[in-house]
Amino acid sequence: MTAVLEVSGLKTHFFTHAGAVKAVDGVDFTVSKGEVMGLVGESGSGKSITGFSILGLIDPPGRIVDGSIRFNGDEIANAPEERLKSLRGNRISMIFQDPMMTLNPVLRVDTQMIEAILAHENVNRQTAWERSRDALGLVGIPSPEERLQAYPHQLSGGMRQRVAIATAFLNQPDLIIADEPTTALDVTIQAQIIHEAQKLTKRTGTAMIWITHDLAVVAGLADRISVMYAGRIVEQGGIDDVIDRPLHPYTVGLLGSVPTANRRGQRLFQIEGMTPNMFALPEGCAFGPRCQARTAACSEQPQIKDVDGRRLRCFNPQRTEETTL
Amino acid sequence: MTEPLVEIRGVSKRFTKRLDVAGKIAQRLGANIREETVHAVDNVNLSIQKGEVLGLVGESGCGKSTLGRVVAGIHAASDGQMFYEGKDVATLSGSDKRAATLAIQMIFQDPFASLNPRMRVEDIIGEAPRMHGSVSKAESADYVDDVMRKVGLDPSLKRRYAHQFSGGQRQRIVIARALAVKPKFLVCDEAIAALDVSIQAQVINLFMDLREELGLTYLFISHDLSVVEHIADRVAIMYLGRIVESASTEEIFSDPRHPYTKALLAEAPRLDQRRREFAPIDGEIPSPLDPPSGCTFHPRCPVATAECRTTVPELKAGRGGRETACLLEHAETV
Repeated sequence: MTAVLEVSGLKTHFFTHAGAVKAVDGVDFTVSKGEVMGLVGESGSGKSITGFSILGLIDPPGRIVDGSIRFNGDEIANAPEERLKSLRGNRISMIFQDPMMTLNPVLRVDTQMIEAILAHENVNRQTAWERSRDALGLVGIPSPEERLQAYPHQLSGGMRQRVAIATAFLNQPDLIIADEPTTALDVTIQAQIIHEAQKLTKRTGTAMIWITHDLAVVAGLADRISVMYAGRIVEQGGIDDVIDRPLHPYTVGLLGSVPTANRRGQRLFQIEGMTPNMFALPEGCAFGPRCQARTAACSEQPQIKDVDGRRLRCFNPQRTEETTL
Repeated sequence: MTEPLVEIRGVSKRFTKRLDVAGKIAQRLGANIREETVHAVDNVNLSIQKGEVLGLVGESGCGKSTLGRVVAGIHAASDGQMFYEGKDVATLSGSDKRAATLAIQMIFQDPFASLNPRMRVEDIIGEAPRMHGSVSKAESADYVDDVMRKVGLDPSLKRRYAHQFSGGQRQRIVIARALAVKPKFLVCDEAIAALDVSIQAQVINLFMDLREELGLTYLFISHDLSVVEHIADRVAIMYLGRIVESASTEEIFSDPRHPYTKALLAEAPRLDQRRREFAPIDGEIPSPLDPPSGCTFHPRCPVATAECRTTVPELKAGRGGRETACLLEHAETV
């Protein structure tokens, strides 16, 4: 499989008056053609900033201070704005949690979609319109001709997110970064959106990074998973390995916190404490103070290494019997 | 069976958007406009036994929050009756009424919006019991400490303001405020939806501990099926203002009967399913301003018949004594 995206040693820091926030601090991963990678973490773990960094969407006081982002072999970290513009919405697209971040409220859907095509390709308006119409049809929007005439506020939340997805797929990108695209939606609508995204990636071989806090969604959708905590990836591997046999205490804890049928009525496993303040991260392993498997070694920063066929950042892997889900 | 703690019979809640002056004039002149009425809750019966956790599940706009608010006494019902310990709440007066009102407390989704940013935690928690005279001013400080400990907050933080706490701690403050008046019944409206996964687990555990410790009864409103499956004894599924199925948690999750319940369960993502094909039902929840005729689910239902378009199904026992509002389920008993 060819790697569409290789991120290595990515560091995105924000330099504020109160000090530097290391929102992303040494993240590595690869995404291959046609692959779905789930990027999982709680709020403030740096998962969205990782996504924004790839597209060069980091505004001051933040910047990428180190690391490389290679897209189809080319370095795009801190690339000139012109280069990034030619990629955004063309070779790499992004789907946001709130579709109104993608859609302009004062422009009709057709204006926005046609613009997305004409910005990158030299075709006539009619062709662009037809492609927009077909794209809306593909994401399951009934009577796409009429919907093209609508303004975003005339559509429901689920419809808007479909328009955002159709727009993201318009130029058949090599990579789509989806940042919590279904978090604000209902269960039945979420299933519809995931279904459309699945169908489109399969059709076009587009690679996808699915950023979410919802482990159950990732379990059903992703091929590989990266778990982030306090700006670093703590565990990364195949979806079955990580979900069925988690090794990092944080992954173990997260999975234990998800209510599932077999534990009905019992207390859920809970990770003590709360996510650390990014201004004052603990010495050594950032998860240390909340970790039950903590030892003296944890006062030093663990490096990410290959353990049992995956990447792991921990001195004390939790090799327990297979967790029953 | 013992008397239910809370029971509602035939409760409806309608919201009407009245016409303004310009609208009325236009209507006089023959314009085709009318007052718009939303049937947020439509003829719902529910009973909750003492010590029970009833999960109320539905998608946004189905009226589950409105129903919760009616039960908590925030909205007055347009129709129907509500009984607390067998007494019609509308007929109560004086101290009985106050006792019934205090016994039912509500916890909201957003802990940011439901705490006054200008009050200290000790006042947020201590104000209601002091007002209602259940603790004296002198005892108030100790009482607040007690309640804070009960929900896992450090009493030494009581001089702080709400914004100085994290989301999970703020939700604990909200819970402490509700517990301070010694309620018997808590209406939790998406009480954990805004929290991170690891914090959700802490709050779910807290709810379960409190239930055991204080014998609380809950109406647990959520869109998250796995949370409801975990915490509830009985589940009611709501669609467009009506309850379409109600059964014990085991029955609902192992053998759903209503097509909508089936669809909801099939589509909820689960940890144990990998690289699955999502095969969703079509369409979206229709506007409650203009609900479909007959069974409101029929435009999305994969098994709808001609009769479903015209006849409104009631919630009643069908096949195997299971309560559903589905004509097909009822027909199979015949």
